[in-house]
Amino acid sequence: MVTLSDYAGLQPTWCPGCGNFGILKALNKALVELEIEPHRVLLVSGIGQAGKLPHYTRGNVFNSLHGRPVPPSIGAKIANPELVVIAVSGDGDAYGEGGNHFIHAARRNHNITYLVHNNQVYGLTKGQASPTSDAGFITKTTPYGATNPVNPVALAIVSGASFVGRGFAGDDEHLSSLIKQGITHRGFSLIDILQPCVSFNHKNTYSWYRERVYKLEDESGYDPDDKKAALEKAQEWGERIPIGIIYRKELPVYEDQLPALRKGPLVRQEIDPGRAEKLFAELM
Amino acid sequence: MPVDFNFMVGGEAGQGVQSVGFLLAKVFARGGYHVFADQDYESRVRGGHNFFRVRVSDGRVGAIAEDLDILIALNRDSIELHQVELAHGGVVIFDGENIKDTGDNASLFSVPLERLARERAGDRVMNNTVALGAALALVDYDLEILNNLLAEYFGKGKIAENNIEAARAGYEYAQAERKGSIRRLRPVSNIKRMLLTGNEAISLGAIAAGCKFMSAYPMTPASSIMEYIAAKSEDFDLVMVHAEDEIAAVNMAIGAGYAGVRAMTATSGSGFCLMVEGIGLAGITETPVVIINAQRPGPAVGLPTRTEQGDLQFVIHAHHGDFPRAVLAPATIEGAFWVTVKAFNWAEKYQLPVIILTDHYLASSYATVAPFDLAQVTIDHGPLFSVKDDEPSEYMRHRITPSGISLRAFPELSKALVVTDCDEHDEEGHLTEDAGERTAQVQKRLRKMFSLRQDVSQPQLYGSKKANTTLIGWGSTYGAIHEAVDMLRRDGASINLLHLDELWPFPAEIVADVLSTAHNSYVIENNATGQLARLIKAETGRDVSGKILKFDGRPFTPAYVAEAVRKEGC
Repeated sequence: MVTLSDYAGLQPTWCPGCGNFGILKALNKALVELEIEPHRVLLVSGIGQAGKLPHYTRGNVFNSLHGRPVPPSIGAKIANPELVVIAVSGDGDAYGEGGNHFIHAARRNHNITYLVHNNQVYGLTKGQASPTSDAGFITKTTPYGATNPVNPVALAIVSGASFVGRGFAGDDEHLSSLIKQGITHRGFSLIDILQPCVSFNHKNTYSWYRERVYKLEDESGYDPDDKKAALEKAQEWGERIPIGIIYRKELPVYEDQLPALRKGPLVRQEIDPGRAEKLFAELM
Repeated sequence: MPVDFNFMVGGEAGQGVQSVGFLLAKVFARGGYHVFADQDYESRVRGGHNFFRVRVSDGRVGAIAEDLDILIALNRDSIELHQVELAHGGVVIFDGENIKDTGDNASLFSVPLERLARERAGDRVMNNTVALGAALALVDYDLEILNNLLAEYFGKGKIAENNIEAARAGYEYAQAERKGSIRRLRPVSNIKRMLLTGNEAISLGAIAAGCKFMSAYPMTPASSIMEYIAAKSEDFDLVMVHAEDEIAAVNMAIGAGYAGVRAMTATSGSGFCLMVEGIGLAGITETPVVIINAQRPGPAVGLPTRTEQGDLQFVIHAHHGDFPRAVLAPATIEGAFWVTVKAFNWAEKYQLPVIILTDHYLASSYATVAPFDLAQVTIDHGPLFSVKDDEPSEYMRHRITPSGISLRAFPELSKALVVTDCDEHDEEGHLTEDAGERTAQVQKRLRKMFSLRQDVSQPQLYGSKKANTTLIGWGSTYGAIHEAVDMLRRDGASINLLHLDELWPFPAEIVADVLSTAHNSYVIENNATGQLARLIKAETGRDVSGKILKFDGRPFTPAYVAEAVRKEGC
């Protein structure tokens, strides 16, 4: 039996009231409810306040470079598909520095879950604009206002991701359920998480989000299987902001197409140098 | 009389220069000859001027020669550019019905290549195979070997049959029109050797060493490693991921290495530039990874299809901060196999990035090599966590040890949690800013260099232990310098060669020792500034007395090296 105490990690160093606390709580709850033991989990994070999350729970941890949690996640998942691989990023990490990896991991549909703590600002480096800052957002690096933000949900859908969800750090029950569905989904699952930053983003606050977010599952007739509808829903931002599963489709999974994995995880396969012998004849 | 016979096939991209050159090399390898072949081509799919040189010998050869015995000229440029390279008695095979006004020259032997291809094989495109047949007739070689090869190369069916007929047409025409062979090259033995490129040797080395994961982004001259590994992935239970860029490639390989499989990536200089962040990531997380940099002339895109050794200083220093790494530079195609095996062992044993530095010349040249003795391939994973001996709850990925080497555990294989961080971390792997822990981890990582240093082999010293002149080379130039030493010794020079294929950690003691006894010492490098000379100075405090440098994108030949050494004085 897996309990929350199995996931008790180091003491977080985040600011009091940080949205990251809600995300950490939701993740731990999801892992416990799925009865996944910590040694089966691999958390791969990048750099930023979000990148510290793996240290504050328990599991295998590869805290990688800025923008890069996705590529090592892919390498590790292929080496051992038995691992539950969860990549963790902030908005700068995922949609700025790591933008190319994000697009292509979605396209190839690797069987990993990607949690993006999207607070629309750079926290660790103290308050600069991020790729998702609202247009006009004034910071020290954007004194004339940030330019158009990237739309991560729409970008994930058009890039080919097979599970695209949006959560809110202020509703950890809902977020936890979303993370559970993301982990159990086979294929690349993005969960973009609206995360208030109490220190550097005084616009997109808890109350700002609470006034706007609504749950898609409460909307009658919304079908996350419908790509066209999902793309339309992905455009909705302002007075009303949808959270929940925006798009979900069963698509071929990258790892399932690798013949080498049919005999089990690569990491459990023995090395036999003598096997190379049979390659010599064709070079003669 | 020893055999040392040289062919060149020249033509435009798209005329089959590579195919004919390869078949020529293979047909002599099958006859028991030693073969060395190199390729010179432009960065384009059609047109331009390309050539493929094939050297055939009854003794081992590791370089290309400059004098041509037979030039197969598939276009006019090939005649105009390479006629001057003909040895005494050399012959140019060309199509005089298409290439007119070539002048009157006894070396020119016109064969109606296109007409024979059309008449006998039904398609003028097989004119190159006609030329191949004609070339074999001029040396009285066994056409049956070529026929068998064509059947394998083109598969059973009409295309193979037509090519066999085209080769026969060329062979018969040359026999009839050019009486007597210029040199008789009959098959010499049934000894079976492989004919393979440096990239194929590396790929075989990786497979033999148990590489299970490769991620890479295509870049000349490294791409054929990706292609080879991908082609063998099903039979050998390995995975090759064509990544979105080199940054992803190196980071994926590191992720796979962390999860416990042997992993590599391959690129060339400007792709390596993008991978530099991964060197430090592997360094601080102590993750094994093998990175192949097949050099080409830089900076930036440079000369995409040419050769250079311009990345030595770069790969030794690439990334910020102090941490250990290893750099290996195979000297021969055969050596590329063994160096690759060693790279995988070192990466795991010392838990660090290992860079294999080759270049276009080594990557794309062919040589005959005896099948590798796989019983000699050892697999050394270094110290591993074991559930029998170790308590999972006490496992610490970066535990401080006297050797600096900590046990490796792999996620999910036991209850031990494997935690690591590209931030400075404590022994458990959690990020820390503690001054003491920082100092301890830096020292721990650097301590690995002590034992790694003991593992570095002595560089090869060819020739007498003491000589008046010592040539110093590294990597792919071995064949050319080695042969130049033979030439100069025949002239009476007191000369030897110190050749390095393990460059970092630098074998300073032996290099200093050899330099202290030589009157003249010259580095020979395919770069513009003498990067090895600078490394020698930095590591031994000694200056070399001269530098023989070539940075036109073309490889050294033995004759070029010998002449340059004579000019410097020996």
